[in-house]
Amino acid sequence: MIFALILGFLLLVIGLYGMLTQKNLIKIVIGFSIVDTGTHIIIVSIGYLRGKTAPILDGAVDLANAAKQVVDPIPSALVLTAIVIGLAVTALMLSFVIKLYQKNKSLSIDDYQELKW
Amino acid sequence: MIKKIFVSLALLGLVLMFLPFVRDFDFHNELSDLSSQYVVGSINDLNTQNVVTSVIVTYRGLDTLGEVTVLFLATAGVGFLLRKKKASLKPRRSSELLQTASQFLFVLIILTGVYIFTHGHLTPGGGFQGGVLITTAFLLLILADVNLKFNHSILHLVESFSGAFYVMIGLFGLLLIGMNSFLDPAILPLGKFGYLLSAGAIPIIYSLVGLKVGSELTTIIDKMGGE
Repeated sequence: MIFALILGFLLLVIGLYGMLTQKNLIKIVIGFSIVDTGTHIIIVSIGYLRGKTAPILDGAVDLANAAKQVVDPIPSALVLTAIVIGLAVTALMLSFVIKLYQKNKSLSIDDYQELKW
Repeated sequence: MIKKIFVSLALLGLVLMFLPFVRDFDFHNELSDLSSQYVVGSINDLNTQNVVTSVIVTYRGLDTLGEVTVLFLATAGVGFLLRKKKASLKPRRSSELLQTASQFLFVLIILTGVYIFTHGHLTPGGGFQGGVLITTAFLLLILADVNLKFNHSILHLVESFSGAFYVMIGLFGLLLIGMNSFLDPAILPLGKFGYLLSAGAIPIIYSLVGLKVGSELTTIIDKMGGE
C-alpha cells in the first residue's frame, strides 16, 4: 500500500511541523499525537502483502498452507501495543500541561523560559 | 516568521532523507522467514487462531511485559502529577439523556470489553483493546457525573494483582517446563484449535493484561477528571 506509506509520512511531517511552530502547549501535544498516528500507519503499511488476508486463521484461511495466505503479523503486533502506550504517554504529557497551567496560568510556551539557553 | 522558514527547511531536509525509502520501497509478495515461522508455529505449537496474539503474548511476551511496565510508569507519573484532588466542582449538570444512557450502556460496554479480551486468541482483539474499551465505560460514567468517586483501593488491587499474576505465570513456565520458557503458554493444556479453552495460558495472560490496562487507564481518567 504505497498510498498508506505516503499518507503516514505526510502525517509525520505535518505533526512535526505543528510541534515545532505552535506556541500553545496543547497544540504541541496534538502534534505529537499526529506524529504517533503517522508512525503507526507507516509500520502497518510495511507489513501489507498484496491480496492476502488478516493473520487470523479461521475459515477464510487454509490451515495447511497458512503462511502463504496472510499478511505479516509482526507489524500489527508492534502497532497494537504502541497505540496503548501512545495513549498513556499523551495522558502523561497532558497532565504536565495541566500542572504547568495551574502554576503559571499560561499555555504559551514563550512564558516558560527555565529551560531556554 | 523566520523561525517558520527554518522549520520548513529542516522538515524539507527530513522529507528528502525519507524520500528514497518511500520511492524504492518494494512490497514483498511473500512473508519473511521469521513471520512464516510465527504463522506455522501458531498453528502447530500454540494452537492459537489469532497469529497477532501469539506474537504479542508468546513470541514477544517479554516485550509485552515491558510495554505493560511502561504503561504502569506513565500511570504512576500521572498519579504523581495530579495528586491533589480538587474540592468538588460545581459543573453544569449533564443532560438527562446522557445520565440514563450511561447507566444502561455501562454494563453492556464492560461486557463487550470482557468478551474482547477473553476471545483475544480467537478473534481480532485482546487485552489492550478490551482494557481500553472497559475504560470507555468508566469515561461515560464520569461524563455523566463529574464528581463521581471511584473506589481506589479496588482499582489498585486489581492492577497490582493482575501485574503480579502475569509475572508469576511467566515464572511458572521456568518452573514447570525448564529454562528458556519464561511466559511459555504450554504450562496449561493446549486444547482444541479454535475453541475458547485452547492455546494454554494465552487467554489467561491476555485477560490479566486487559484487567491491568483497564484499571490503569481508569485511574488516569479519574485523576484527569478531577482537574
